[in-house]
Amino acid sequence: MTGKKKKTGSCEQLKNDTPERKTKFETLSGIGVKNLYTPKDISHLDYNKDMGLPGDFPYLRGVHSTMYRGRLWTMRQFAGFGSAEETNQRYKYLLNHGETGLSVAFDYPTLYGYDTDHPLARGEFGKCGVAISSLKDMEILFSGIHVDNVTTSMTINGPAPIVWGFYIANAENRGIDRRIIGGTIQNDILKEYIAQKSYIFPPEPSMRLIVDTFEFGSKEVPRWNTISISGYHIREAGSTAVQELAFTLGDGLEYVRWAVKRGLNIDDFAPRLSFFFNAHNDFFEEIAKYRAARRIWAKELKSLGAKKPRSLLMRFHTQTAGCTLTAQQPEINIVRVTMQALAAVLGGTQSLHTNSMDEALALPSEKAVRIALRTQQIIAEESGVTDTVDPLGGSYYVEWLTDKMENETYKYFDRVEKLGGVIPAIEKGFFQREIAEAAYKYQKETDENKRFIVGVNKYKMNEPVEIPILKMDEKGEERQINRLKKLRKDRDKAKFDRTLGRLRKAAEGDENLMPYILDCVHSYATLGETCGVLREVFGEYKEPAIY
Amino acid sequence: MEKKIRVLVAKPGLDGHDRGAKIVARALRDAGMEVIYTGLHQTAEMIVETAVQEDVDVIGLSLLSGAHMTLFRDVTKLLREKGMGDVLVVGGGIIPKEDVPALKKAGIAGCFGPGTTCEEIVEFIKKNVKK
Repeated sequence: MTGKKKKTGSCEQLKNDTPERKTKFETLSGIGVKNLYTPKDISHLDYNKDMGLPGDFPYLRGVHSTMYRGRLWTMRQFAGFGSAEETNQRYKYLLNHGETGLSVAFDYPTLYGYDTDHPLARGEFGKCGVAISSLKDMEILFSGIHVDNVTTSMTINGPAPIVWGFYIANAENRGIDRRIIGGTIQNDILKEYIAQKSYIFPPEPSMRLIVDTFEFGSKEVPRWNTISISGYHIREAGSTAVQELAFTLGDGLEYVRWAVKRGLNIDDFAPRLSFFFNAHNDFFEEIAKYRAARRIWAKELKSLGAKKPRSLLMRFHTQTAGCTLTAQQPEINIVRVTMQALAAVLGGTQSLHTNSMDEALALPSEKAVRIALRTQQIIAEESGVTDTVDPLGGSYYVEWLTDKMENETYKYFDRVEKLGGVIPAIEKGFFQREIAEAAYKYQKETDENKRFIVGVNKYKMNEPVEIPILKMDEKGEERQINRLKKLRKDRDKAKFDRTLGRLRKAAEGDENLMPYILDCVHSYATLGETCGVLREVFGEYKEPAIY
Repeated sequence: MEKKIRVLVAKPGLDGHDRGAKIVARALRDAGMEVIYTGLHQTAEMIVETAVQEDVDVIGLSLLSGAHMTLFRDVTKLLREKGMGDVLVVGGGIIPKEDVPALKKAGIAGCFGPGTTCEEIVEFIKKNVKK
């Protein structure tokens, strides 16, 4: 200590009287971090206007007044592999261990709207999700599962209306009214062009299909979230937290504009818009991201004319960051996932997936996924963080960072607007380039040891990794192909031709396609056949390859 | 002046995870190589066709969907059929170590999993490329 007396209780900055570990401290996204935050850093914020109470505008502190005191988040593990039979068993296993919601991972052919026996499906059957080629497969996937009292999220985008049709038809065939089933389809095509890349059609017809689902859902399937506007994949592709926040909310506002342009009443569909964010490593930055997202969304929806309080709520699912998992010393991933999951809970998530420790090596084994689920259960049941709402609210650092991220988001909104909006910016490769740049920087910093990853470039071990890897049923693909053959042979051919013909005609016009798609589904038209009709009418999207 | 190493970075199959492929493409370019990136959704035929046309020395395959045992081997098989067996082929992605011996046998000279630095890939290519 020097002789100078330090002021106590003031808003002055802490004096730097001891050398620090680094010359520069930054969040993972490159936001400069000071050594101390005080009331001065948030003196421009007004509690009632900028923060307020949970359950009240601008919803910074949470979408519900009681949050986890009322009800815990939904524990929803993203799962799917091999055939519908195998995945059905995994769902039952997870539900038996306390999971409270389902989440379907589809394989690549399904994501692209191809049946298992399509030539481009070669080698991909059941590899990173379950293969669902028809209503028949959906029936098997949910057999013995009470779809009337468990909600299901489905990560499906290009062919979302068709796969949703499978789900609705399966429920109805079991005597369950479509008005009472609950769940989510991801259905977010903009982030497909930007990051995840499982698009099928060009932007215009894709947006039409999405607005069709908004309209159909609000009238016919009122408990369904017709979209999950996703930042997760943007982040996994290498973006920063700010980019994830800005691009996701920007996409969300674009959907709202398209639906309003179609003539839909904003308060009819906005309450069913939901979100999906990543939980990465920088603890406070992630919490600030979720909080900022709620405030920005509420303000923007209000300015777009939403009147119902429910329309203003940014409700979201979170998944811990797959890209942070290491293949080296895989057991320590449990610790990473715990921290990330805690950030999501402190950020007020409505639903959560925790990654399994072995996912940098393969799809999760039963034991690995159980530990991941137990991680959520420990946070919920043992840690005490669920006992009060938004416990970090009022922290000088968290409030400052929340505000900072909001400001950075608006800067991106302005840049995108200057490019002509979200779709022109995609066509110009703006988002793709921003993300590739951030991803390269992150990798370079890691390679140059400016950033440390435990077990990878620090605290390394040369022990071989001994961890059991999930093995799939090798007969699954054959079973699936035989099932498809039988289905095509047994179904009512005249009905099949009629429903597909009507879909084609409707697609060439401008009617809502959901009723036509449901008719195709009920006639046991396959995913590939139904999507094939739409491919012929709409064409396919090809992206510019930018790196 | 020494001829630059020509590399084709390719994404076979339907997998859309292109973060790694793009980073590697850029790192190889920064290391002085000439890089062609195919973009997404390439069949083995498309990849080999591009390799022939661009007369590349190296092909880098990237796949995170788990279909590597089929799709990587499709590429090396077709390369041999086209008389391009001397092209150095490397692969990256989520590849369990149990799969590596079979891939090596099929002609994938190097497999690079999560945690690999760009420098390791650059060094491997420089050391093993047939010029």
